Amino acid sequence: MSAAAHGQPTIDAGSAQVFAALLEARTGQRIAAARSWKFDAALKPLLQSLGLDRVEQLTARLMERHDTALADRIVDSLLNQETSFYRDAGVIETAAKLVHEQPAPARVWCAACATGQEPLSLAMLFAEAGGPMPEIVATDVSAAAIVRARAGSYSQFEIQRGLPIRRMMQWFESAPNDQWVAQPKLLATIAYRRHNLVTDPAPAGLFDLILCRNVLFYLAPHLREQVLERLAAALKPSGVLLLGAGETVIGQSERLRPCRRARGFYERVGAPDTPERLYTAR
Amino acid sequence: MKTCLIVDDSKVIRKVARHILETLDFTVSEAGDGREALTACRASCPDVILLDWNMPVMSGMEFLRALGGEPLPARPKVVFCTTENGMAHIRAAIEAGADEYVMKPFDRETLQSKLQIVGVA
Repeated sequence: MSAAAHGQPTIDAGSAQVFAALLEARTGQRIAAARSWKFDAALKPLLQSLGLDRVEQLTARLMERHDTALADRIVDSLLNQETSFYRDAGVIETAAKLVHEQPAPARVWCAACATGQEPLSLAMLFAEAGGPMPEIVATDVSAAAIVRARAGSYSQFEIQRGLPIRRMMQWFESAPNDQWVAQPKLLATIAYRRHNLVTDPAPAGLFDLILCRNVLFYLAPHLREQVLERLAAALKPSGVLLLGAGETVIGQSERLRPCRRARGFYERVGAPDTPERLYTAR
Repeated sequence: MKTCLIVDDSKVIRKVARHILETLDFTVSEAGDGREALTACRASCPDVILLDWNMPVMSGMEFLRALGGEPLPARPKVVFCTTENGMAHIRAAIEAGADEYVMKPFDRETLQSKLQIVGVA
């Protein structure tokens, strides 16, 4: 029985090192040796689109031609773009409530937004709540992900993950090939930009809410601290930061601390005292 | 453990859905059409019903209307699960009282997320 049939990686160690180094150089993200199986599955669609049979052929093409566009496609393939609408729904609803407590015009940054389900989830909540629409800036390191997010078009599988059917009926239209497309008025509330959390400065201005979920644990500790510094600097004094469920600032940032208003969120050290209600979504 | 009644005339679909639901810790029962499903609900009302649209004897929509007239101790959540994937069908199902809607084909994550939305998972 082959290694692939056993679920073992079939990629050669040299190729794995090349791709891991490329991913880390471009994004700061690391793939642990124990997760090298990820290469096979992640690169399969790219191999097929290029008419290649083996990962080694991709390695050779990358190294022989110094093909920047190919390097971009490899990095895009290796990035974890797993996301869904209303992921960790209680926390997203709390985040929206916290934004509504801020004076208008509120500003939100969805960092590492992948294909856009997170900013769209927030945009729907904001629109349904009424009042001034917060400005939403949504960024990702993957150019391909940003193109998809801007289109707001999702497959039947993607649209059904986490999105209640009534919201789908209200905010999406069916399109050919089993696609569902967000209504232009919803998409227009989000400014999508390509952005590298590790190397690029934060988007201009300060934010009431920053979401940066499930990215930090892919970064080396020193890069994690660097990114947290940047996120802290981009928060308004009363702004809040939301990380992934398994991520924390504790021991990694002296500028951030657990938020006193909402469990699971973080705020700047020295944030003003706020007597508002305590949210316990997480 | 929550209980789910799968109502579908396809044995294959029932088998796939049962497998997914059992991995989500549901106790599963099955019915091949709307009439069988009504009988099953009278005997033991489930927490949630996964309901196909096109079935012999009694369709999903007919079942949904009939369910509303049943003196059940608590109304089960109803999740339509069908290949009728157009907006008109979705709207008709929701207006008739369905709580959620799954478009076939579906996978484990989709079904789990829909069951979470209706509050049974």
